[in-house]
Amino acid sequence: MALPSYTETRYRIWHYFYLFICTCVFVYLIAPLFVIFPLSFSADEFLVFSEGMKRLDPDAFSTRWYKDMVWGTKNPWGLAAKNSLTVAFFATIGSVLIGTLAAVGLSSRHMPYKGIIMAILISPMIVPLIISGVAIFFFMAKVGLAATHTGIIIAHIILGTPFVVITVTATLSGFDHSVTRAAASLGSTPINTFMKITLPLILPGVISGGLFAFVTSFDEVVVVLFLAGLENTTIPIQMWIGLREQLSPTILAVATCLIIMSTLILVTAELLRRRSERLRGINR
Amino acid sequence: MNTETKQILTSDGIPLEQSLKKAERINKIKAFLLVAPLLLFLLITYIFPIGEMFSRSIDDKMITNMLPKTFKAMESWDGQELPSEEVFESFLIDYQVLIDAKIQGKLTQRLNKEKNGFNSILKKLKRKMKKFEDGNYKEQVLSVHKRFKDVAYWRAIKRTAPPYSVAKYLKAVDMFEDENGNYVQVEEKRRIYKKLWIRTFEVAFFVTIFCFLMGYPIAHLLATIPMKYSNLLMICVLLPFWTSLLVRTASWMILLQQQGLVNDFFVLIGLVADNNRPEMMYNKVGTYVAMSQILLPFMVLPLYSVMKTVSPSLMRAGKSLGGTPFVSFWKIYFPLTVSGIGAGSLLVFILAVGYYITPELVGGASGKLISNQIAYHMKQTLDWSFASAMGLMLLCGVMAIYWVYNKLVGIDNIKLG
Repeated sequence: MALPSYTETRYRIWHYFYLFICTCVFVYLIAPLFVIFPLSFSADEFLVFSEGMKRLDPDAFSTRWYKDMVWGTKNPWGLAAKNSLTVAFFATIGSVLIGTLAAVGLSSRHMPYKGIIMAILISPMIVPLIISGVAIFFFMAKVGLAATHTGIIIAHIILGTPFVVITVTATLSGFDHSVTRAAASLGSTPINTFMKITLPLILPGVISGGLFAFVTSFDEVVVVLFLAGLENTTIPIQMWIGLREQLSPTILAVATCLIIMSTLILVTAELLRRRSERLRGINR
Repeated sequence: MNTETKQILTSDGIPLEQSLKKAERINKIKAFLLVAPLLLFLLITYIFPIGEMFSRSIDDKMITNMLPKTFKAMESWDGQELPSEEVFESFLIDYQVLIDAKIQGKLTQRLNKEKNGFNSILKKLKRKMKKFEDGNYKEQVLSVHKRFKDVAYWRAIKRTAPPYSVAKYLKAVDMFEDENGNYVQVEEKRRIYKKLWIRTFEVAFFVTIFCFLMGYPIAHLLATIPMKYSNLLMICVLLPFWTSLLVRTASWMILLQQQGLVNDFFVLIGLVADNNRPEMMYNKVGTYVAMSQILLPFMVLPLYSVMKTVSPSLMRAGKSLGGTPFVSFWKIYFPLTVSGIGAGSLLVFILAVGYYITPELVGGASGKLISNQIAYHMKQTLDWSFASAMGLMLLCGVMAIYWVYNKLVGIDNIKLG
């Protein structure tokens, strides 16, 4: 952003000051993620940059913590990863199915009591997680699903659906309903119309809602803390335990893997968003 | 001419108006049926359990069920003088049932909480009542201990009779119901919860302010620079947004520790001495620094989407009419972005008020918030009704802000990413 040549000095100074502030904030936002990388390759077990690392001595770096993460004795990460992926997979499918249905219903202009129903459907996102955790725990304890995978999956469907509802409703807001009417006038059944016409058009929204649901489930710790037994441990639970007790470099190795995963998800979500905007004809 | 409008019929011979209404109704039902699965699912697994938290928080049936005969006999007692013979007899019967079931300890504990001194006299009564003779129970009980002659103790028993009580809510604001039924504050040094509430709202407020102060400039930058740069910089906002909360908290724990990079940097620029590194974690500073970074994207994204709609020609027009850059910013640009500020601030505030993970890990004792106390009572003391009461109070606060948010922004305008 170049300044015009006639800018007065004091505005010039102000402008550079403003850019400096912005740089600082960006560093503040992104830098914490990058300290994890080098430390996860550290050769010793203290979570500080050793003298060797500052000199870039190759001996100060190693992949031992990654080896420990995968093959370490008594390591909980294998079971935790399996549980996390299972739970997140089913929770995503559940959220996407009922969330998309609800979003389609909500976007209909015939929908009665839209405001209040929307408020209920979005509430798991607004209510503080700790309260959701307590409420869901009471429910699961009553129906005997505490400390089971099913219970955790149901809890994560509850937390994931608002994201699907929001993204799919947003995609449907630019939806041209004349195409479904055209399909109906050509003799298509409503289900056929939905599968062949509506769904392909709103698919980017559905997938990005699914990504949100997946990340929510994969990253969720508060509710699982209330629900999980020893067998249902997940990656966030193991990280939580590790951060509270012994902060080991193995956790940083896991964290690095998680950052790489979130980068991939971010790229996918961004590409989907742009495709969706292109399909809806929004040019910015 | 016929002034009466002729009813228009459809081809089936049904009046058009009726036919349209029917079609409308069918459409309504169809739309509702699509929403119904999720709505029912959430009502059963989520909304009703939250309601159940309420009944749990005011539940005080334990004593009601333990002394059924006593409370029945006490109904006609006015509480002025010692109760009648009948009350004493029923109390002994109820107490004997509890002793036989070996659960008299719970009664003693609960009554002792209501009025100090019950513990010893009830134990003494248990020993003595084995030798009680039939009839004239009142006198025999009174002879066990002089405290039984004090009406205040019998009033305390009567106070525990109602199956519901607001005691847990009073406790959450450092109050209790005294012997005369007045709500009074607990003594100065035992007040902890009020401080905790104030701290929770204080932290949420300042985190919102920090997020605004940092988020506004960068949202402005993102909205005004060319697309190819802003897309790149947007990643800096979105990557933390998509990254696991625990990973971000872990990185702050590494950065803020005493031998961490932030302290290294302070030593390097000579701000602090090497042997006198300040403690930045396990206190409020840690909570502020980590929470502001974690919640910043929630401020930037709504601001950005509002700023994107402000046409740059407005600022140019302001300048061409003689406004200095500061004046045109303050009079033109800022008022146009107020809706974004409202949306972002409310979102950040709502999220910050209920934060649990980050304060628990980096907050230490002075940085813990009300959520941490709720979790503590759920998992450690197992006082679930107290946890429910505090949770619902927090929920009411959040709902009030949510209501304002809905009025100002509209929930369907929440944008993600």
